[in-house]
Amino acid sequence: MLLIHCPYCDEDRPELEFRNAGEAHIARPENIAEISDEEFAQFFFIRTNPKGLIYERWRHIHGCARFFNAVRDSVSDKFLMTYKAGEKRPTVKAGEKA
Amino acid sequence: MTAAFRTTAAGRLKGAKPVKISFDGASYAALEGDTLASALLANGVHLMGRSFKYHRPRGVLSAGAEEPNALVGIHRDAARKTPNVRATVQEVYDGLTAVSQNRWPSLAFDVGAVNDIASPMFSAGFYYKTFMWPKAAWKSVYEPTIRASAGLGVAPDKPDPDHYASRYAHCDVLVLGGGAAGLSAALAAAETGARVIIADEQPAVGGALRFETGSTIDSAAGWDWAQATAVKLAAMDNVRVLTRTTAFGYYAQNMVGLVERVSDHLADPGHDLPRERLWQVRAKRVIIATGAIERHMVFDGNDKPGVMLASAGRTYLNHFGVLVGKNVGVFTASDSAYAAAIDLKQAGASIAAIVDLRDNPAGPLIDQARALGIEILSGRTLVRASGNLRVASMTVRATSGGPERTIPVDALLMSAGWTPSVHLFSQSRGKVAFDSATRRFLPGDYAQDCVSVGACSGTDTLADTVKDAVAAGEKAAKAAGLAKTVGTKVKAETSESWAGGMVGAAPGAGPDTTGKAFVDFQNDVTAKDIRLAVREGMRSIEHVKRFTTNGMATDQGKTSNIHGLAIAAEALGKEMPEVGLTTFRAPYTPVTFGSLVNHSKGRLFDPTRRTPFHAQEEKLGAVFEDVGQWKRAWYYPRAGEDMHAAVNRECATVRKAAGIFDASTLGKIEVVGPDAAKFMELMYTNPWEKLESGRCRYGIMLREDGFIYDDGVVGRLAADRFHVTTTTGGAARVMNHMEDYLQTEFPHLDVWLTSISEQWAVIAVQGPKSRDIIAPLVEGIDMSDGAMPHMSVREGKICGVPTRLFRMSFTGERGFEINVPADYAAAVWDAVWAQGQKHGACAYGTEAMHVLRAEKGYIIVGQDTDGTVTPQDAGLDWAVGKKKTDFVGIRGLKRPDLVAKGRKQLVGLRTKDPKVVLEEGAQIVADPKQPIPMKMLGHVTSSYWSENCGRSIALGVVTGGFERMGQTLYVPMPDKVIEVEVVGQVFFDEKGERLHG
Ligand SMILES: [Zn+2]
Repeated sequence: MLLIHCPYCDEDRPELEFRNAGEAHIARPENIAEISDEEFAQFFFIRTNPKGLIYERWRHIHGCARFFNAVRDSVSDKFLMTYKAGEKRPTVKAGEKA
Repeated sequence: MTAAFRTTAAGRLKGAKPVKISFDGASYAALEGDTLASALLANGVHLMGRSFKYHRPRGVLSAGAEEPNALVGIHRDAARKTPNVRATVQEVYDGLTAVSQNRWPSLAFDVGAVNDIASPMFSAGFYYKTFMWPKAAWKSVYEPTIRASAGLGVAPDKPDPDHYASRYAHCDVLVLGGGAAGLSAALAAAETGARVIIADEQPAVGGALRFETGSTIDSAAGWDWAQATAVKLAAMDNVRVLTRTTAFGYYAQNMVGLVERVSDHLADPGHDLPRERLWQVRAKRVIIATGAIERHMVFDGNDKPGVMLASAGRTYLNHFGVLVGKNVGVFTASDSAYAAAIDLKQAGASIAAIVDLRDNPAGPLIDQARALGIEILSGRTLVRASGNLRVASMTVRATSGGPERTIPVDALLMSAGWTPSVHLFSQSRGKVAFDSATRRFLPGDYAQDCVSVGACSGTDTLADTVKDAVAAGEKAAKAAGLAKTVGTKVKAETSESWAGGMVGAAPGAGPDTTGKAFVDFQNDVTAKDIRLAVREGMRSIEHVKRFTTNGMATDQGKTSNIHGLAIAAEALGKEMPEVGLTTFRAPYTPVTFGSLVNHSKGRLFDPTRRTPFHAQEEKLGAVFEDVGQWKRAWYYPRAGEDMHAAVNRECATVRKAAGIFDASTLGKIEVVGPDAAKFMELMYTNPWEKLESGRCRYGIMLREDGFIYDDGVVGRLAADRFHVTTTTGGAARVMNHMEDYLQTEFPHLDVWLTSISEQWAVIAVQGPKSRDIIAPLVEGIDMSDGAMPHMSVREGKICGVPTRLFRMSFTGERGFEINVPADYAAAVWDAVWAQGQKHGACAYGTEAMHVLRAEKGYIIVGQDTDGTVTPQDAGLDWAVGKKKTDFVGIRGLKRPDLVAKGRKQLVGLRTKDPKVVLEEGAQIVADPKQPIPMKMLGHVTSSYWSENCGRSIALGVVTGGFERMGQTLYVPMPDKVIEVEVVGQVFFDEKGERLHG
């Protein structure tokens, strides 16, 4: 079981308290009603699914209930960092220690 | 009576209490402290099992957890029959009953042994090749036959009556293994004040000190030092010593799973003790001190009962006081076997000869053996062990070939050297590295905060082991945040070294030979099988492993992996690391389902949710159905009624008088704040800004892709306050969906979301008499049609407690839903029920609710929709705000496929024969005579007998359904074809007049 640091509670808590919510930094287009089919497909269907660093959303659903973002290594499952929703996508190099 | 092979010359069980055990019905004398294996060996019993594939007679190979051969069933009573227990780890107790496995009719005479003679057809890969044709025979003939004749023990057929405990624990330093390395590391860490947990799989700590009697630590015999150290550790407040505890899995972030066997070694465990205790330990640092496992020699007949690892023979002697034979041969490629020969010789056994592959073995142990007069045949190999149910002789020749010499023996000890136990390191996702000088895999790159010490990291001498371990213990404590260093000192001496040995087949078991030289005993894989796999084109060890099943048995190849790899590498002409080492996976040794399932069974498997009206419903005789975790009243049968009769009566009563229904399980969310209406506009397809306070609206929620996600009636309580209802199943996910958008996409909106599902209990009162029933109980609300029309909500009091009273209907009748605080709910139900009795009302359950709504064509999300249905498809286009510029799903609805012609649409289906009720899920076709596979137009989503319509009714999704009104379609069933007519969704009161009447 993973330990996940909730940036709102500022605590390491067991994975059981959290739920993954998919890839992060995919903003809903403000003019969503106007966008093309291709743009919609890009927004709704296409995900990067990388081997290595993945930016993803988590929710501390059985804790403070907040959504936040995390950088995780999809090979080792290791969390490199977590940060609050709305904060800029940080630059993290693969292999960097959490 | 003392068992024949028990000696007084060695062993630690002197003075132990005698107990009786039974094996295959025969009774044997044993001593408390014995394992089943040592007890049987003490009685001269070597034959303990039959092998998996060839049914060859097998005895013990080892004296520990790595045992591949001696698997038995332990039977306590009818329900407690544990199969596949390793006799080498099962402790005896008085009355222990063990049975052998995989044999018929008896262990000594097993008909299945014909497989051994027919073995050419059972070589590697035979499953894949031999039984290819005919295909149908695989399921009916081949597989059952193979499964019946190749097998392990039989699973118990009764529910597990035992209970299992579970603990979570946290510590600074977790030490895995209680040998010299683990104890030294634990002591060093503990003396800094660190919180330490040390676990060992054996009943007592000591590890290899159990058999390595020549070693001294801190001036005491190694074994005595280990026991004293355990006592010292256990007395410290910051230390927990766990014995009989196996670390079976190493998971992310230093989470290690341990299983503690609490009572399997007790004659009468009683009811209070759990059978096993699962520990889930999170450690800041982990020290892996799992030692090494001795390898066997790969030669023809190396599986005969009586042939075993040198360390096993030594353990049986030095710990259990059992001589494994009286005339013992030895075959080795390292010094370790000499120590065994010396110990056995000094205990009175004769050593027939030591056969050593090495040309010029030298060192103190060799000198000592020679001094004892043991014949040493160096530069020789053992080409064959012979014997039927027990080894009787060994055949020796020079490694380079030449004449053979056969020497009688009654036991044969072997050692090819030691394989570091990197299992847990590998499980921690550490990468092993091949040490080409010693031809072994050692811990390389670490992935977690752990360190390996002692034999598992390739340290060959005891002195280095304890020195490294003390340093590792101190370092781990420091890394875990302990500043103090005490300078723990442990000093060890021994003349033994675990260096050296060989991997692969011994000379005489090479590619040109025909004998059975076993690599993997448990899966019956020979050196020949592995060479065959290479000839068949397998190149990677992963392929070789799957083709031969080498290392894939329950022992996970603890003794076989390295030999198998070496033989494959040799056949391929490559170095071992080029062929690869398979990854070790949890569990290290088999773990019972009981310990993993633990408390999560029976009532504790999943929470049961009951509404505040549950007791009332029970009193009324409700039959309950499971809806997710909820128990919902399904129908209320009266005397003599079956389900059908009860539902018919309930449905009729609702439309004639009134019905009372528990709607508490609906999800309820309060959406509050200055921007509440704006938020609702975004979450639902409907317009909300202009909805007046006090009015309700049926809302549809979409996902971004345009498909229906949930629905429900929403009441606006005030300009800034909405009471939203969701489907029962959707309560949690709709809340999550709303929170997601509010927190991440629309955080600028000033809105709070609160789940109120459990705060408000809901009594639905539906039917023409509903107002008459409720009105006398209500204060402060004008319930007249003018003041409170259909789809309105009022706040006031009922029975003196607050209520949110909705006028709404899921039946098509005049109806109300009374929301009351859950704590008062039961009393309000009683009052409503009493009122209902005056007006001929009944209670109705979820089944009648389903029928009544289907009569009106009201959809149930998840039944009539399946995540690919749009509001348009469901005939709910009217609920989509056409002037809105944004809501979740607005863009998805415009996708080409969602606006294309020929979508499946929700329609009513009338069977030509009104008595025939369609089956939900049945497929619909245009032409029932077309060839199979037919072109499906859609399927039936809801179907019931409707007492109110006097006929069956159904809803279904049909391609282009709206344009097929009046068409005849067909529902093919196994026994007949049912004709249906496509009709509108509403079957009863099409104009909807009763809502207001
Ligand atoms: Zn939190």
